[in-house]
Amino acid sequence: MSLKFPIYLDNNATTPMDPRVLDAMLPYFVEKFGNAASRNHSFGWVAEEAVDYAREQVAKLINADPKEIIFTSGATESDNLALKGVFEMYASKGNHIITCTTEHKAVLDSCKHIEKLGGEVTYLQVQADGLIDLSQLEAAITSKTILIAIMYGNNEIGVVQDVKAISSIAHKHGVLFFTDATQAVGKIPVDVMTDGIDLMAFSGHKIYGPKGVGALYVRRKNPRVKVTSQMDGGGHERGMRSGTLNVPGIVGLGKACEICMREMESEAKRLSAMRDRLESSLTELEESYVNGHREHRLPHVTNISFKYVEGEGLMMGFNKNIALSSGSACTSASLEPSYVLKALGLGDDLAHSSLRFGLGRFTTDEQIDYTIEAVKSTVTKLREMSPLWEMFKEGIDLNAIEWAHH
Amino acid sequence: MAYSEKVIDHYSNPKNVGTLDKAKNNVGTGLVGAPECGDVMRLQIEVDEETGVISDAKFKTFGCGSAIASSSLATEWLKGKTVDQALEIDNMDIVEELNLPPVKIHCSVLAEDAIKAAINDYRVKNGLPELEAAKA
Repeated sequence: MSLKFPIYLDNNATTPMDPRVLDAMLPYFVEKFGNAASRNHSFGWVAEEAVDYAREQVAKLINADPKEIIFTSGATESDNLALKGVFEMYASKGNHIITCTTEHKAVLDSCKHIEKLGGEVTYLQVQADGLIDLSQLEAAITSKTILIAIMYGNNEIGVVQDVKAISSIAHKHGVLFFTDATQAVGKIPVDVMTDGIDLMAFSGHKIYGPKGVGALYVRRKNPRVKVTSQMDGGGHERGMRSGTLNVPGIVGLGKACEICMREMESEAKRLSAMRDRLESSLTELEESYVNGHREHRLPHVTNISFKYVEGEGLMMGFNKNIALSSGSACTSASLEPSYVLKALGLGDDLAHSSLRFGLGRFTTDEQIDYTIEAVKSTVTKLREMSPLWEMFKEGIDLNAIEWAHH
Repeated sequence: MAYSEKVIDHYSNPKNVGTLDKAKNNVGTGLVGAPECGDVMRLQIEVDEETGVISDAKFKTFGCGSAIASSSLATEWLKGKTVDQALEIDNMDIVEELNLPPVKIHCSVLAEDAIKAAINDYRVKNGLPELEAAKA
């Protein structure tokens, strides 16, 4: 098979839609366009039936009851609804939320919003491998704590937290546990029962489904969890999320979940083998480092720092042919590198030198071969023109130099 | 963000990558930026002591494509100029030549700083007073 460019290795940002998902969605645009809330005619019934079926497909993937699935516009909305909705609903019980510094911005910024409303938030530091310290978590719980919000798998480094242990700590203290599982659902087995999850956010477009649709899992039994709606209107989704249901999107999300359910296990094996090959070939380069825990992580992600070359400059060497993401953000005025990598304790130099490889369902071995060669040769070429590499090779301690910070 | 063709050309075929002997009296070295900020430039000039003309210029840069292109272009412009003429190179000339977008203007500023720092190093080595601009 001949290689087609550009190669897409940014599947943590978004995934291409699976054509099978598109096929499932197509009838619900023109032909079966009904409003799922129209109770008096067949257009509505057809739409409602499609939504009910999708709700079952989604619930099955995470071992939930279909009634526990609230459809939203995506994981950002689900994160907002979970955090702000719990904060409002459980105000009489307390106002304290515990989260961690490597969460997605949708969680961190919702927490900041809650702080403005008088809530208290503890942001746990993560360890060098990206995992939170469970004893720190337990020590942070107070009588005012209502929610622990810790993500399942990290979007930048792929680290998978010990969700079972976190939820049992939460429940021991009568605290609810919410997890943003956007990167984990459909990639690794996520089971709300055995994992002890009370609320969980996830999205369609990270699992080969459409953009603009996601879900919030809200537990109904042991305990019965409620969130205050953040969108007022017709009282859809058991009153927790008003707004006419995005029927084609929901059908797509359901189909995407069904495919993941069937193919996840073999796909995870295929992807982790490719990821490991990519990783071991690239770390043959000296002074290259894998960021985050090497065992507790998603099968399709690796984040590698190539010391003494800058991430954006590095990507320029192949971004005509390979699409991936850098931990460096040289385009912003602040020149701030990734806050997730910095939270691991990486120096700015390593954080600026990182690339994130996100493999996916349509990634092939040939694409990985090409990527290995392209990245290796670009790193080598850029090091030849890096003053830092030259100094390193001469044995100069870069930390001993007084740099002019600008 | 798409890079301009000139940036891509300098990135793909950088001019004057390398190292001059910084121990030599007629070589000036400027090292500016910081690894924490994502750019470090080292720019060197070699001056013909009889004519005061810059006979050679080399650079090495850690940074994004625009930073590499700015320093590559700077070395090209330096060669053949006298030290005093070189001081007149303005960062906005680099911005214009490379079509740098606003978020990349700092790359051109860094290149101008590197030129000034290299000239200053040369001046100090040769008993000339330090430049005002490079003291900061």
